[in-house]
Amino acid sequence: MTERATFRLKTGLAEMLKGGVIMDVVTPEEAKIAEDAGAVAVMALERVPADIRRDGGVARMSDPAMIKGIQEAVSIPVMAKARIGHFAEAQVLQALEVDYIDESEVLTPADERNHIDKLAFEVPFVCGATNLGEALRRLGEGAAMIRSKGEAGTGNVVEAVRHMREITGGIKRLAQLRPEELAAAAKEHQAPLEVVQEVAAAGRLPVPLFCAGGIATPADAALMMQLGAEGNFVGSGIFKSSDPQRRARAIVEATTHHNDPERVAAASIGLGEAMPGLEIAGLAAEDALLQNRGA
Amino acid sequence: MADLRVGVLALQGDFEAHAKTLRALGAEPREVRTPAQMEGLDALVIPGGESTTIGKQISSAGLETALRAHHEAGRPILGTCAGLIVCDAEHLGFIDAVAKRNAFGRQLQSFEADIEVEGAGDEPLRAVFIRAPWVESHGEGVEVLASYDGHPVAIREGSVLACAFHPELTDDPRFHAIFMAMTTAARERAGEEARR
Repeated sequence: MTERATFRLKTGLAEMLKGGVIMDVVTPEEAKIAEDAGAVAVMALERVPADIRRDGGVARMSDPAMIKGIQEAVSIPVMAKARIGHFAEAQVLQALEVDYIDESEVLTPADERNHIDKLAFEVPFVCGATNLGEALRRLGEGAAMIRSKGEAGTGNVVEAVRHMREITGGIKRLAQLRPEELAAAAKEHQAPLEVVQEVAAAGRLPVPLFCAGGIATPADAALMMQLGAEGNFVGSGIFKSSDPQRRARAIVEATTHHNDPERVAAASIGLGEAMPGLEIAGLAAEDALLQNRGA
Repeated sequence: MADLRVGVLALQGDFEAHAKTLRALGAEPREVRTPAQMEGLDALVIPGGESTTIGKQISSAGLETALRAHHEAGRPILGTCAGLIVCDAEHLGFIDAVAKRNAFGRQLQSFEADIEVEGAGDEPLRAVFIRAPWVESHGEGVEVLASYDGHPVAIREGSVLACAFHPELTDDPRFHAIFMAMTTAARERAGEEARR
């Protein structure tokens, strides 16, 4: 029997992206640069997070013409972002046959209470999380890949580090619990018991866990891999730097050889200026933090 | 026979899934990212992933010479999906066949199907195809072990076994068992030659 859109096929594509870098791109030309630098996939969007942060206003799904242009420009998988809870945007992205949908806090949320019912889609979804509870809730909704949220568009990796440690630490603690303690844990995490039981038994998420939000240098990429990320999303960090081509290649190299400091050092030489960074404490108020959207 | 030392090219892709399957078959998998890590291997797996990325990483890691030496010594190589592409005539040239990238389509067209694989027994094998290639053309010396929809999806030539699907993503180790049998035979042959 031939089957499509099984959970194994959805997580399977994310398995193929492991150890790789997914890069934000806003034009077919950038997509080509990313592919030539060794990106495993590109994320098609209208503005990189740093510009969304600067411009303000409502950030929405990208123009389908732009997404199509990027699909035609590259042979690697093309992902695109839908607003949190905006299932009609997700339907459009599925109709465009994007390879993965990112239900993303970087865009302005469309629903303050509910996320998209991802099980209703054939295209797989990746979702952000700041801690284990959020990751488990997204899995319950059908996400086939989890990424840290970090704080997109800041070039500051501190939030991604916090989130990755929260998620991996949370998994370790969950794995030590006795079976009768899991119902209480599910309550604390506000997550479905079956998902909690599955993660506790396996000692890992049932889907690949990537890092996103604030990676700007090869050493940032190596740091996140050593902290347990299985791959990296890089948003503004590449095309907001002074030499995107070289920086993209260097971050790919550092992601693969994250345990080899000499290789990471060699990759870090002569890259020019990194993107300008933002101090998290300097961001106006709590509501300026993209990571607080859609918990 | 001592545990077989099987390298898994760990530049990018689902190398951990391969390592798990190999361990289940009693082999000793080793992650390979540098030429030095190619030394002393009985066989090598080139996993699924993005073939463009893996190809670039092979050159930037300086691995091409070591991979060619491994192949020329007759030590077996298994390539799955991206690994099939990397091994084909348009890339490393380890197998006399040309793979067509993403031939089955984008992720929405990814599928699972039961296919019959020569050498894997009578029961069909559950094959997982993800943005999968197929074999567009091949030389006469290439054995087709399985086809889907009229396209070859598992092939073998000499010491190289390759497929368009992902046997590493299922719990069925039969495809890897074919590879392990090739590895055992190659090591025995090498042992006999050394004794002569």
